[in-house]
Amino acid sequence: MQLKKTQQGPRNIRRQLAVATCSLLAGASHASSLIASGDNWKIDSALLIYAEKDRVSLAEGILNIRKEIDDDEFINARIVTDVLTGSSPNGAVPSSTAQTFTNPSGNSTYTEAANTTPLNHTFKDLRNALSVDWDTPLNRNLRGTLGGNISREYDYLSTGISASLAQDINQRNTTLSIGFSLNKDTWDPVGGVPAGFAVMPAFPGKKTISGSNTDKTVQEILLGVTQVINRRTLMQANYSRGQSDGYLTDPYKILSVLENDGSGNLRGTNPYIYENRPDQRTYQSLYWKGVHQFPNENVLNVSYRYFWDDWGIQSHTVDLRYRFDFDGGHYLQPHLRYYQQGAADFYRQTLIDGEETTLSYASADYRLGEFVTQTIGLKYGFEFKNGAEINFRAEMITQKGKDRSADAVGILQNQQLFPDNEAYLLQGGLSLDSDMVIKYIMRLFK
Amino acid sequence: MSMIKTFLFSAFISLVLSACSLEPVQPWDRDLLAQQKMQLVADPLEIYLDEHTYFSKEGSSGGQSVGGGGCGCN
Repeated sequence: MQLKKTQQGPRNIRRQLAVATCSLLAGASHASSLIASGDNWKIDSALLIYAEKDRVSLAEGILNIRKEIDDDEFINARIVTDVLTGSSPNGAVPSSTAQTFTNPSGNSTYTEAANTTPLNHTFKDLRNALSVDWDTPLNRNLRGTLGGNISREYDYLSTGISASLAQDINQRNTTLSIGFSLNKDTWDPVGGVPAGFAVMPAFPGKKTISGSNTDKTVQEILLGVTQVINRRTLMQANYSRGQSDGYLTDPYKILSVLENDGSGNLRGTNPYIYENRPDQRTYQSLYWKGVHQFPNENVLNVSYRYFWDDWGIQSHTVDLRYRFDFDGGHYLQPHLRYYQQGAADFYRQTLIDGEETTLSYASADYRLGEFVTQTIGLKYGFEFKNGAEINFRAEMITQKGKDRSADAVGILQNQQLFPDNEAYLLQGGLSLDSDMVIKYIMRLFK
Repeated sequence: MSMIKTFLFSAFISLVLSACSLEPVQPWDRDLLAQQKMQLVADPLEIYLDEHTYFSKEGSSGGQSVGGGGCGCN
């Protein structure tokens, strides 16, 4: 981090004193806030290109602006736009013959070739999101943050608020924090909200719907402690708990229904039905992060999360970033991530004819299955002497899952039921102060 | 898995309690901790993009902070 040194006045004297004391706060730290000093706006931007092999592609742009509005009081605004296109697994299993599905709208069909994972090829969306946070000191050792967010997609609207408090104790070596968020989301799916286990009718039939739109609420609470271990080491530990209520099903995902003779063949009539999930989910996680700087100035940033919920999902996530600093402001940062997930209790890759009348819930969404995600990446960054930074990163993400042996009956034993995935991620980022932008524009018009 | 939870909760509590026994780092010794690269979230946009990506591809999310908004991708 480069600190500005050109501005004068009481506010800046106080700020320089703050730099000297280097006060610490969990989450939005004082130290990072100091960049947005004086009358300048700190501008961060990034563009992400994400592409899955033969599936979804996404371009996502972010603009983040941070401004100090009063002494040590900040407003942070973030605008995000992403464009998504491509194909997504619809939940059905591969078959030895071509399969034809009715689009969610009910107005057309799409066909998947034999022995391939059925994908919904009509996946297309544009998402715009805005979030604003107000971060302010409440007293010498207590900070508060209030936030709001709204996100709009073609078929989805999400609105939410959040609040958090961070109390410094132990000569500001320890920060205790508590956070709360509430989200209210509305689904307006194409073709309406399918009734649970509704049949996907052959075109031009219409599926049974429970309404044209539906909603859910998500509440989360987080308790955390951040501790300075020594001059080079910092640790954080969080416990969080969340609850989702309402429509938690994916309105576009289906299940294949097989004959009950053990052959693995799709049943003769109505072989596809829409999934159905519980309307409540409680989830919890324990999260630990450590940051350490070695004598050669390289920095290790490592975290571990254990997540569990009442749907039966448990997961372990290890994330490791190691930053190598070089002369002249250059740095390289390899990134490794390992994620291992167990399946939800109601995860099924297929159903047997009649089970839809005895089971309460079932979903073939691969995200509820048993799988491992591995990420390997490398980031390059360059810090300019004026505090600006430019960076690029490239990553590869692989997802490999398990076929449920109970679902791989008959001829399905020759098929791969879990849709393994491979994705590539490219990102470019630029961070600077508003006065740098103004100087550059002035230079253009001179 | 209950053993894992017990262990992690114990580690969480012990980290809180250990705060009292650690030698406090004085303000004039916090030059390294003040660096941007030493922040818990050194690059907030990178973390935001990662969390959004994995939120849409996995059954777990969160743990590091609250808020941020929902998405129809999961």
